[in-house]
Amino acid sequence: MLDFIARRLIAIIPVLAVVAVFVFLMLRLTPGDPAAVIAGDNATSDQIAMIREKLGLTLPIWQQFAIWMGDILQGNFGESYFFKKTVAELIAQRVEPTLALAICTMVLALSVALPLGVIAAYKQGSFLDRFVMGVSVLGFSVPSFVIGYCLIYVFAIELGWVPVQGYTRIGVDFGGFIEHMILPSITLGIIYVALVARITRASVLEVLNEDYIRTARAKGLSNRVVLMRHALRNAAVPILTVIGIGVALLIGGAVVTESVFGLPGLGRLTVEAVLSRDFPTIQTVILLFSVVYVVVNLLIDISYTLFDPRIRY
Amino acid sequence: MSVAQQPVLEVRNLSVSLPKGGDRAHAVEKVSFTVNPGEIVCLVGESGSGKSVIAFTVMGLLAKALKPTSGEILLQGENILAASEARLRELRCTRMSMIFQEPMTALNPVMTCGEQIDEVLKTHTKLDTAARKAKIIAILTRVKLPEPERVYASFPHQLSGGQRQRIMIAMALVLDPVLLIADEPTTALDVTTQAEILKLIAELQAGQGTGVLFITHDFGVVAEIAHRVAVLRWGELVEMGPMEQILSRPSQPYTKMLISSVPSIHPVHRGVRLEGVTVLRTDKLGKTYSGKSFFQKARTVKAAVDVDLDIRRGETLGIVGESGSGKSTVARCIARLIDPTEGKVYLGDTEIATMSARKLRPHRRRVQIVFQDPYRSMNPRITVGESIIEGPMNFGLQRDEAIARARKLMETVRLDPNALDRYPHQFSGGQRQRICIARALAMEPELLIADEAVSALDVSVQKQVLQLLDEIRVRLNLAVLFITHDLRVAAQICDYVAVMSKGRVVEYGSAEQVFGSPKDPYTQALFAAAPGRNWDFGKAGAA
Amino acid sequence: MSAIVPDEIVDSASIAAASAKRRSLLALAIRNPSVIIGGVILLFMLTIAILAPVLGTVDPTRIDPASRNKKPGVEITYKQEDGTSAKRTVLMGTDSLGRDVYSRVLYGTRVSLIVGAAVAVCAVGLGLVIGLVSGYVRWADGIIMRIMDGLMAIPGILLAIALVSIWRAGIVTVIFAIVIPEIPRVVRLVRSIVLTVREEPYVEGAISVGTPTFILLFRHIMPNTIAPLIVQATFTAAAAILTEAILSFLGIGIPPETPSWGNIMAEGRTLFRVFPHNILYPGIFLAFTVLAINIMGDGLRDTLDPKMSKKV
Repeated sequence: MLDFIARRLIAIIPVLAVVAVFVFLMLRLTPGDPAAVIAGDNATSDQIAMIREKLGLTLPIWQQFAIWMGDILQGNFGESYFFKKTVAELIAQRVEPTLALAICTMVLALSVALPLGVIAAYKQGSFLDRFVMGVSVLGFSVPSFVIGYCLIYVFAIELGWVPVQGYTRIGVDFGGFIEHMILPSITLGIIYVALVARITRASVLEVLNEDYIRTARAKGLSNRVVLMRHALRNAAVPILTVIGIGVALLIGGAVVTESVFGLPGLGRLTVEAVLSRDFPTIQTVILLFSVVYVVVNLLIDISYTLFDPRIRY
Repeated sequence: MSVAQQPVLEVRNLSVSLPKGGDRAHAVEKVSFTVNPGEIVCLVGESGSGKSVIAFTVMGLLAKALKPTSGEILLQGENILAASEARLRELRCTRMSMIFQEPMTALNPVMTCGEQIDEVLKTHTKLDTAARKAKIIAILTRVKLPEPERVYASFPHQLSGGQRQRIMIAMALVLDPVLLIADEPTTALDVTTQAEILKLIAELQAGQGTGVLFITHDFGVVAEIAHRVAVLRWGELVEMGPMEQILSRPSQPYTKMLISSVPSIHPVHRGVRLEGVTVLRTDKLGKTYSGKSFFQKARTVKAAVDVDLDIRRGETLGIVGESGSGKSTVARCIARLIDPTEGKVYLGDTEIATMSARKLRPHRRRVQIVFQDPYRSMNPRITVGESIIEGPMNFGLQRDEAIARARKLMETVRLDPNALDRYPHQFSGGQRQRICIARALAMEPELLIADEAVSALDVSVQKQVLQLLDEIRVRLNLAVLFITHDLRVAAQICDYVAVMSKGRVVEYGSAEQVFGSPKDPYTQALFAAAPGRNWDFGKAGAA
Repeated sequence: MSAIVPDEIVDSASIAAASAKRRSLLALAIRNPSVIIGGVILLFMLTIAILAPVLGTVDPTRIDPASRNKKPGVEITYKQEDGTSAKRTVLMGTDSLGRDVYSRVLYGTRVSLIVGAAVAVCAVGLGLVIGLVSGYVRWADGIIMRIMDGLMAIPGILLAIALVSIWRAGIVTVIFAIVIPEIPRVVRLVRSIVLTVREEPYVEGAISVGTPTFILLFRHIMPNTIAPLIVQATFTAAAAILTEAILSFLGIGIPPETPSWGNIMAEGRTLFRVFPHNILYPGIFLAFTVLAINIMGDGLRDTLDPKMSKKV
């Protein structure tokens, strides 16, 4: 088991290395002088020269990479030109709303999607099944910001049940926190529900066609027992995989949702950084999100062993 | 009295309809038979005969598309077709049980074997945990699984195929049902394991007086286990009677044809060895698979070790072995579909084992191979004609010449030359296998490899393809390497036989010698396990 | 040798009975109701895109300070090119610069369809080539797949945002920024098909009759990727249209004066509480288009690629 975890851990090193190289090369891939790109359109040539010096752009590229990597591994992500702070400070300030949003969305979405998917599979071809599948296609198709604005219009502006935008820290006022979280979580959760409900249905259906389900029926078990005891656990691995892959959707969606609902999180920081061409911040945010994504999927990989005794290689 | 005398299962006039648009209206039509207590009744038939449909109808596990339309199925006098779903569930495993063909997939991979048997007891009895455990250990002992306690806690993937089938049998018989339905339970197993499982089923049912409905396509298995036999064709019962009568004095022409198609296990006398040219010779051929791993030391599997073979022109060499014996690995090394890791392969005077891909290309023509699965061995997107002429055109033949050759070959394999512009899906399995032979022959090879080429075919079709292969060998004076797990087939077609086990050739000699007086203990055990070896089908059917 | 059962020899009767030609999967797919519904909506959108100039639109980029922020259905007075004034009704209102939303939405169809089609074609094309190489050339496989794993580790939209931020906005850069995160998915799909198919006996059969690698790839292996790639392409197109709208909505996509649905909505964000029409109309168009493509993709998947329908 430990051996298994160790091997999975080692397997993510090359993946993260490719990400790091890409993020590093990002600036160098720009057409023209990266220093000029960073300095912006109105910079003087002195400013550009200063930036070039500061970034070590005069060194050979592999040395630049080594220095950059070394800094990152020590937790030194550089300084934001726009916000006039270190990137690490900036991110620390912004992390809470994003984390809160992601967790609320996950809990909400999974508690809706998993039962829906299972019921749809169990009643395959019924009205309910078609309805769930139809709604899930819709969930894939309507962009989250349109859903977000519709929700704001109905529930915040017309009905006035919840505040329109903004964020309250969880430690400051829990009720306010929940009020501010409801609409963003629903908005962000819809595409995730669509994704997970679909894969749940498909996996359960596939398992229900397996020989051992026939065996279970031949034992005289009722349909409900066959579903709960035999089908669900076997369907877990593909469902977990998609839950992990779906985290990428959550991260991308968070960028949009935070902008719509005015949540001061990492997603909005990303947009602000891009608009102000604040490259150290962009690089760090991408690196951070990628690491989170890879680690979540690593955890999910490891969790397979809980569901399937065959995975112990 | 009557309970002992009453049949366990009585099927009366059963018809099961197929969904519309199929090739026939009924999967099963007006079939009647009985199974008495303590009796094994075999349902025999080729693919599409409806034998499995009957089994699933009895269990009430029929796919939704199939509907029983008439008749009755009486289990100890109770009509199952009229029973409610709840009643059917009560009956399953308590009065009737079923075991399936694929032991590898029939058990839930994420539950221990003990839990899976325990489920039966939890569902159908009120026993407490300790009593259930004791009962399970008892039945695991009865099906002769070693270390029942360990097996109880094992997951299916930790057991072999034979052991898994024993678990299935234990699960089916733990509540002493009166009827056991066995749907090809040994088809997926190796011959030695098959013999053990057949013996176990016979022992257990004799001990408890269980009635068994045994579905099979293999007359060897029938001869081994059946008391009575029912022969099915296209959903209809052809004839039924005691085993000896059906096998030795069948009354219907179809049964006669089937039984005469079963190859005899006694090799035909082929005369003395011809002084032919050696076409192929392998010298200490070996293939080792090694899995590289970062953490563990490299795991290596020796799929073939020190294999020395030779085939002369006009001769058939058979390689016989169970699954995992390395017989296919050897064939694929010789055809250079995989690269051998040790030893040499001489094709005539040319050594091809270590040749680079580019240098090998001109020699590819000389060895051709026919595969097992007729449904996957031709590109479904191009016509069979294109498939046949592809090879000759690769070697520079003009298109019209290649087509002319293909037309001639279609006649050789007894198919209509005008069918060349058809696609593979328009042909039956046997026809496709003929086309594959034509494709191989189009290359004018020196050596033809048949890798389990008749194993996927029904016995009557199998006989025709075997005859065709032999005819072609004689006519073209070809060398043939015939890979098979089926001893009967090997006995009929091979001049020489190499028996492989665990990657090594354990016995090698003329077919008469190997089959007549096997010397190696493994070979002896293999032959002893062949089902129905005491029954000479070829003669009985013809009589 | 003579004991061959008659019905197996020269069995022209049964061969002739089988349907004359392999029924084309594409022909089957076109009969699928989901494909028809999705296709019709999509065709409708395509018609709008092509006919945008003659559907009662005005110049979508024309700023008219006099008629800013009009609600849908309001009649406005505007100056014609010859200097005279005329009146017309703004069906979907105007935005805060006085541009006609109806015209902008209709012209926006062009941008979305172009982005969707271009991304689908580029991603599938590049992915197919890389995937074939990766699946068939052993030494290249390791390198390619490490790069693809790395690219896949960066959440798609984030990667697109990063690429846009360095390349600067413009329709071509936006297309490429969306293409790059989509490529690994196609590569993996193609590679997995190649790896499965190359083990098929008919491919081994082709190898043993001396078929050169190039022909092997194109004649025997590549055709197996077409059906799944058509399905993949539809889903890629749908996702691309959404991503473009998101980028533009965030203000980092196509330049704001270009009428794209995302841009219209971005422009409408600030005054959303009072004038929701700026987000509503393009939102409806966007949702319908993407929905149509997704429905079509589902239908295509069900007929072309039943095995894939088990995955998402």
